[in-house]
Amino acid sequence: MLEIILFSLLNGILYGLLLFMLSSGLTLIFSMMGVLNFAHASFYMLGAYFAYTLGMHTGFWAALILAPILVGVVGSLVERFGLRRVHVNGHVAELLFTFGLAYVIDELVQLTWGTVAVPYREPDYLREPLFTLFGTDYSIFRGVVILISILMFVALWYLLKKTRVGMMIRAALTHGAMVGHLGHNVPRLFMLVFGFGCALAGLAGVIGGPLLATEPGMAATLGPIVFVVVVVGGMGSLPGAFYASLLIGLLQTFFVAIDASVADILGIFGLQIDPYGEVARITLANLAPMTPFILLVLMLIFRPRGLMGELEP
Amino acid sequence: MLKPVRTLVTASLLLAGSAVSAAETVKLALIDPLTGPMAAAGQPAFEHLKLEAERINANGGLNGAKLEIVGLDNKVNPQESLVQLQKAINDGVQLVTQGNGSSVASALITSVEKHNRRNPGKEVLYLNYAAVDPAFTNERCSYWHFRFDANADMKMNALTNYIANNEDIHKVYLINQDYSFGHAVSKSAQEMLKQKRPDIEIVGNDFHPLAKVKDFTPYVSKIQASGADAVISGNWGQDITLLVKAAAEFGLKAPFYTYYGASSGVVTQLGDKGVDRIYQINEYYGDFEDPEMAKRQVEMYEKTNWDFYYLRLSTMLDMLKAAADKAGSTDPKDLAKALEGLSIETPTGEVTMRAEDHQIQLPMFISVMKDGMKYGAEGTDYNFHKVAEIARDDVTLPTTCRMRRPN
Repeated sequence: MLEIILFSLLNGILYGLLLFMLSSGLTLIFSMMGVLNFAHASFYMLGAYFAYTLGMHTGFWAALILAPILVGVVGSLVERFGLRRVHVNGHVAELLFTFGLAYVIDELVQLTWGTVAVPYREPDYLREPLFTLFGTDYSIFRGVVILISILMFVALWYLLKKTRVGMMIRAALTHGAMVGHLGHNVPRLFMLVFGFGCALAGLAGVIGGPLLATEPGMAATLGPIVFVVVVVGGMGSLPGAFYASLLIGLLQTFFVAIDASVADILGIFGLQIDPYGEVARITLANLAPMTPFILLVLMLIFRPRGLMGELEP
Repeated sequence: MLKPVRTLVTASLLLAGSAVSAAETVKLALIDPLTGPMAAAGQPAFEHLKLEAERINANGGLNGAKLEIVGLDNKVNPQESLVQLQKAINDGVQLVTQGNGSSVASALITSVEKHNRRNPGKEVLYLNYAAVDPAFTNERCSYWHFRFDANADMKMNALTNYIANNEDIHKVYLINQDYSFGHAVSKSAQEMLKQKRPDIEIVGNDFHPLAKVKDFTPYVSKIQASGADAVISGNWGQDITLLVKAAAEFGLKAPFYTYYGASSGVVTQLGDKGVDRIYQINEYYGDFEDPEMAKRQVEMYEKTNWDFYYLRLSTMLDMLKAAADKAGSTDPKDLAKALEGLSIETPTGEVTMRAEDHQIQLPMFISVMKDGMKYGAEGTDYNFHKVAEIARDDVTLPTTCRMRRPN
């Protein structure tokens, strides 16, 4: 039992950190520009594919740096030449634009890299076990991923709280017009934040590609969950997104690990709502892929502003 | 007064139709996932069919007619498949084949039955090359459906015979996809193990959503904690690749006894960690001795970048040709009649399409992943090496099918 708890904890945290890397960019972009970027997960996919192609020439570590930068550049260009023009037509136009962009990126990826998964893997020496507990290996790569995520989190915090750019970003979050009147170039700031958010998604792709699978469906599988993270955490709240990512990561892993059905759980509380066992017979493991969305629905009903959000959505 | 005229017109139309098709081409539509997470199961089948169609055409085609393969993408979605089936029928296709997903096969069988009842003279034949839910050749058997793959029970029969002889196995973990096929695998594994080795304990029986799980690590932790010394899985497509990848990553020692362990991607993803750990029950194996087959394997990989995996597709086309030549026609009605009870020689031995239930009878093989093979899979040195051959008579199972044949 202890080993299940321990490894579920490790896996849940790892998955949660990956989710946070994705959702932090999304929530930054949303809180600053009011744009819910539907194509965000597509940038995550681009990160994985860029790293796969670059990695063949430069090796994994160089790709780890280069691929997110490349994704960031693509993101900035999208903002500069696409989103900024659409912006004048309001939020609906922006939403539709990113929605269309997601499809375009999906198709381009399929045209370039084919419709099936590409063999993108971490280097062999990272596949060796970091430690072995209860006969289960924990690979070096997973340790590296956790380390990178934590480093990224610290760097992000430092950037936002301790630097001049961070101050401008935080000011622009709440008082965009004022920052503009003070003589700062707000459109350029928008472009940089959009590019930076995309680069974070790209970084998540570089490490998520070998961890999960690098295939054209990867954006579609993670995309909805990232939105759930942002809504559950509270629109535009970075700490909220962090806690929501970990919560969803842990929930999903533990639900698979627990061998119990809905009826068993209700039984603990002495409830017998389903005597025929049609619904309550569903096991928690089967519910696992649904948990983020159940959380989303509950959150919107009972606490619409999310865990730490300040605004009503 | 009108009736004879109509019959005459229909008859002449039919004659004209068959005369034209005999001189020209016969289309075989593949309805399978060609994009999306399961494309790695559908794409190699498409390439395999196209390559083998060339060989059939070079040897005189189907009763002189040229065979043409059409690929239709269904994304493993039953509704999408029915749309594609209708599209194929509208284009005049009368032969369809599908393999990936018994959920899809179930919808196709119902739909083809209905179409053939309503459109006499324009029958459609459904050639199933991999949807192995046993029901399709038992209680749900259909005259218009022919299965060229051993069904899930036959495979489990062979697999459990092998496991029963391995005294080291005491605890077995079952992990399968959550739909009709996965449940069929789990059910027959439990029943057959209980009968053959009552001392074996089933320490886990998991079902996960089809083609949705990207991260199998929680399942692997569960398997590890259960202390299982063997895992049985009927997973296919991405679900097998990612499952064994996660298992290898966490150093799970228990061997995997699988239906589709040699699916594309597995060898590349696992490398060294798959050696001696991934077993597969199939009608074919990687280091097949026949030099003629070795040539075809190499040729297919060079031309298409996919491995020669589906020997049953070659068998299917060979049987289709034999049936067409025997009947002297490519009309689905004649083909169906000729296919019933047909036997041909294949590289692995004689196979027969049992007339009772349209279930092929064939020898099967258990193979295990090995390093340093002469012909490696996916451009590596790894491939699947034969460890056991199960004779046709030991694979076969009785059927409950009561076939309703058209008059």
